[in-house]
Amino acid sequence: MAGVAVSTTINGDTVEFLCQADETLLDVLRDRLGLTGAKEGCGTGDCGACSVILDDRLVCSCLVLGAETEGRRVETIEGMAHGDRLHPLQQKFLEHAALQCGICTPGFLIAAKDLLAKNPDPTEEEIRFGLAGNLCRCTGYDKIVRAVQDAAIVMKGA
Amino acid sequence: MNFDPRFSGRKFTSVGTRPIRPDGIDKVTGRARYGADFNMAGQLVGRILRSPHAHARIVKIDTSKAEKLAGVKAVITAADLPDLTDGDAAMYDVLDNCMARTKALYDGHAVAAVAAVDARTARQALKLIEVEYELLPHVTDVDEAAKHTAPLINDTIFTEGLEEKPVKPSNVTKRSQFGHGDVHQGFGHADFIVERSFKTEQTHQGYIEPHACVANFSSDGTADLWVCTQGHFVYRQHCAQLLGMEASKLRVTSSEIGGGFGGKTHVWAEPVALALSRKAGRPVKLVMTRDEVFRASGPTSATSIDVKIGARKDGTITAAEATLRYSCGPYAGSWAEIGAMTAFACYKLDNVKTVGYEVLVNRPKTAAYRAPSAPMAAFAVESAVDELAKKIGMDPVDFRIRNAAQEGTRSSYGPVYGPIGIGPTLEAVKSHPHMKAPLGKNQGRGMACGFWFNFGGQTCTDLNIGMDGSVSLAVGTVDVGGSRASLSLVAAEELGIDYAQVKAIVADTSSLGYNDMTDGSRGTFSSSMATISAARNAIKILRERAAQMWDIAVDDVVWEKGHAIAKGEKHGNLGKLSLKEIAVESGKTGGPIAGHSELVADGAGVSFATHICDIEVDPETGATRVLRYTVVQDAGKAVHPTYVEGQYQGGAAQGIGWALNEEYIYGKDGRLQNPGFLDYRIPVCSDLPMIDTQILEIPNPNHPYGVRGVGETSIVPPLAAIANAVSNAAGVRMTHIPMSPPRILAAIEAVREWSK
Amino acid sequence: MVEVTLWGSLAATAGGNSKVEIEAKDIRELFRKLAEQYPGLEPWIDQGIAVAIDGTIYRDTWSKKLPEGAEIFLLPRLAGG
Repeated sequence: MAGVAVSTTINGDTVEFLCQADETLLDVLRDRLGLTGAKEGCGTGDCGACSVILDDRLVCSCLVLGAETEGRRVETIEGMAHGDRLHPLQQKFLEHAALQCGICTPGFLIAAKDLLAKNPDPTEEEIRFGLAGNLCRCTGYDKIVRAVQDAAIVMKGA
Repeated sequence: MNFDPRFSGRKFTSVGTRPIRPDGIDKVTGRARYGADFNMAGQLVGRILRSPHAHARIVKIDTSKAEKLAGVKAVITAADLPDLTDGDAAMYDVLDNCMARTKALYDGHAVAAVAAVDARTARQALKLIEVEYELLPHVTDVDEAAKHTAPLINDTIFTEGLEEKPVKPSNVTKRSQFGHGDVHQGFGHADFIVERSFKTEQTHQGYIEPHACVANFSSDGTADLWVCTQGHFVYRQHCAQLLGMEASKLRVTSSEIGGGFGGKTHVWAEPVALALSRKAGRPVKLVMTRDEVFRASGPTSATSIDVKIGARKDGTITAAEATLRYSCGPYAGSWAEIGAMTAFACYKLDNVKTVGYEVLVNRPKTAAYRAPSAPMAAFAVESAVDELAKKIGMDPVDFRIRNAAQEGTRSSYGPVYGPIGIGPTLEAVKSHPHMKAPLGKNQGRGMACGFWFNFGGQTCTDLNIGMDGSVSLAVGTVDVGGSRASLSLVAAEELGIDYAQVKAIVADTSSLGYNDMTDGSRGTFSSSMATISAARNAIKILRERAAQMWDIAVDDVVWEKGHAIAKGEKHGNLGKLSLKEIAVESGKTGGPIAGHSELVADGAGVSFATHICDIEVDPETGATRVLRYTVVQDAGKAVHPTYVEGQYQGGAAQGIGWALNEEYIYGKDGRLQNPGFLDYRIPVCSDLPMIDTQILEIPNPNHPYGVRGVGETSIVPPLAAIANAVSNAAGVRMTHIPMSPPRILAAIEAVREWSK
Repeated sequence: MVEVTLWGSLAATAGGNSKVEIEAKDIRELFRKLAEQYPGLEPWIDQGIAVAIDGTIYRDTWSKKLPEGAEIFLLPRLAGG
């Protein structure tokens, strides 16, 4: 099968790649571009471990085709920190120990970033529903919610 | 080994603080490498063909068409993984589970595998493999399988543990019994007796990371395996044995692990990946899909449990008895045995008897799941205990306090307890504000206790001191939830240096001696003991080097707060030497400074927890909401309290999912109907409240810092605590887990019907 | 001489005795003598048995001493998660 040539923007950089027409964005990121921060937990859009932001919209990259990103902007976990300066969410996840195994963490950080971009001052309930598309099996979510609450305070003050 | 593991009651500087974990930055930036994040040049994609049938004889497998497909580099069947287990029955079962030999024993059982240049080709190749099955009758329900009339899963199985060897084979592989006293007599002294039967459905550990590995078999007979596992040394042994290799020729590197909870304690697809690599002569990456994870890895037992408990009017339990039937999948296990040991472990009982039956079913091979077998037994027992307290008219906490085991109590599984934490957790719960908070309409509160054994076992640690005074710590227990931070704290504590000076890693199987895996809550307990021992060995060398630098006798040098100090008046002008000052000169004083430790960590110390939970039940729909949840558990000593809290919260959340939602649903055809996260629904963020924790610290006398295992016990009480809360909220006793809305609604409606 | 208690299932293989007297100074000697006196126990010992000494559970530490008068309890080897 002939490949599709795609030109897109990933974490602010122009990226060109060839992919199969039926290849998911997640597979393109992981297998073709070496961006393994997005994880495949299910491949069916149920776990959120592959979350990325596509043109300001939170998506499961396992449910998006690589070819669909032509001319669009993709933000992944690899682009969240600025150089060695962590995003406040990343810093607060570390301080609150909001991760144990850490496999869901990239997806949670991306989803939380999207949540705070749209709602800078969420209630606990809004955080819980905002992150309900991401599964974590280790933490019971307590420390994740607290980290997001704390990051929201820091980001408002910034 | 002259290491003294006894608790010493010291004051801590580093232990008990909450620094950021050493692997943290990589995990929040997406750089941490898990099982599927590793690649090799020339790597192939491995895929496994699985049986769609619950029970079938494999008549013939024709792989010729698949082998001819362009891009396919290897196709294997059981013939490529011959039986080299030499009478080791448990390993034979692991082998047969990796690749079915004569029969497919469950929906999802592996029957063949391919390695191809890409995933698309591999998937096509699977479709070209022709398997001829002869369908056999199947059984998936634990009670049905235990009947004489049930289809036989393995006709060579005769129930073990009976007084006389049975004449007919059966699906019941073993009977086990524990207890003491005379329960018949004990029930005779009871004023009140509660007797009930309970069921729990099968659940999966639900780790978010599917099983994944990269296998590279070299033509010189050596191999490398990169894999997500709870125990890379155990995986090395399993794979070496199953592939006929010498263990030292197989180097296993544990990737970061995306959750295990018991599910990554033995091999599943790794020997298949190695066999594919051996046949293809190229590296093979094999990653399970989520569907495969559910159908063919994990799950815990489904159970059916009968409980009978009797007590006098004054609240003293006079006798307790339980019969426990646990499903094992199609292979023999000891899951009911563990359930039978743990069932009444929280209580002081003169007369107790538990009997366990291991039952084969056409479901995936049962694997350990966090305090395996204990949550189901606790659900049955703690539900009956609550009901008995109610019958007597006693507060459920007071009733438990009255009957709680204590130091000197003979445990229900046999030995006499040392200092234990069940009483203190109950007292803490009794005085906890949560117990006094008001409840609204349709809301109920429940509490329950839980017990788990903790393990120790074989452990190695290397502690190397660099010439700049920094310390690298290499451990052999996989870090599943922050143990590198805890072990760095322990090294810093023992050496008397700053946490930031220590960097801990998990070393591969060629760099350290054998380590047991991270199971049985043993990771931090065992490796901290080995780390303390290694640090003490390093301190001995540091003192020798300082003595050399000062040109005095080593006996005159002591180690205090990270410094060598010359003691005695004649050395009064020598001052002190820091670890760094000694390390800088190490090239001239005898070479690198290191401390090593190889030991068997014993005396892990049993663990107890008591949980409180508030639930609201919608009487119209049976839907539930968890309003408030509190965990009280003994940690011995919390090395990194934040990660201890994390273990408490995580176990509680898994227990909540188990209690309210999660279950394997099989169709009449014996196929799993919900092998995905959409239909097998684990708790999401909006399902849960904050989970409060209270850490008790009753020092373990068998650890220098008093540490006990903490990882597993937190999943034991939730099933019962929630069942008690639901029962209090809805006014009906729930006896079937999970308490999904239809089950709760049915129970409520049954009571409504009955009271009409 | 120490008194060793066997859990229910194990007692059946030791001729129905739930308590046996053994002259043994450590776990190694205990296992050896148990296997000699009760051959039915040998496969269990090979599979792995845990020994509780005064309530503390040990696995394969052969050198572990059995103090005079200590409570010795044999238990099945467990799996953990």
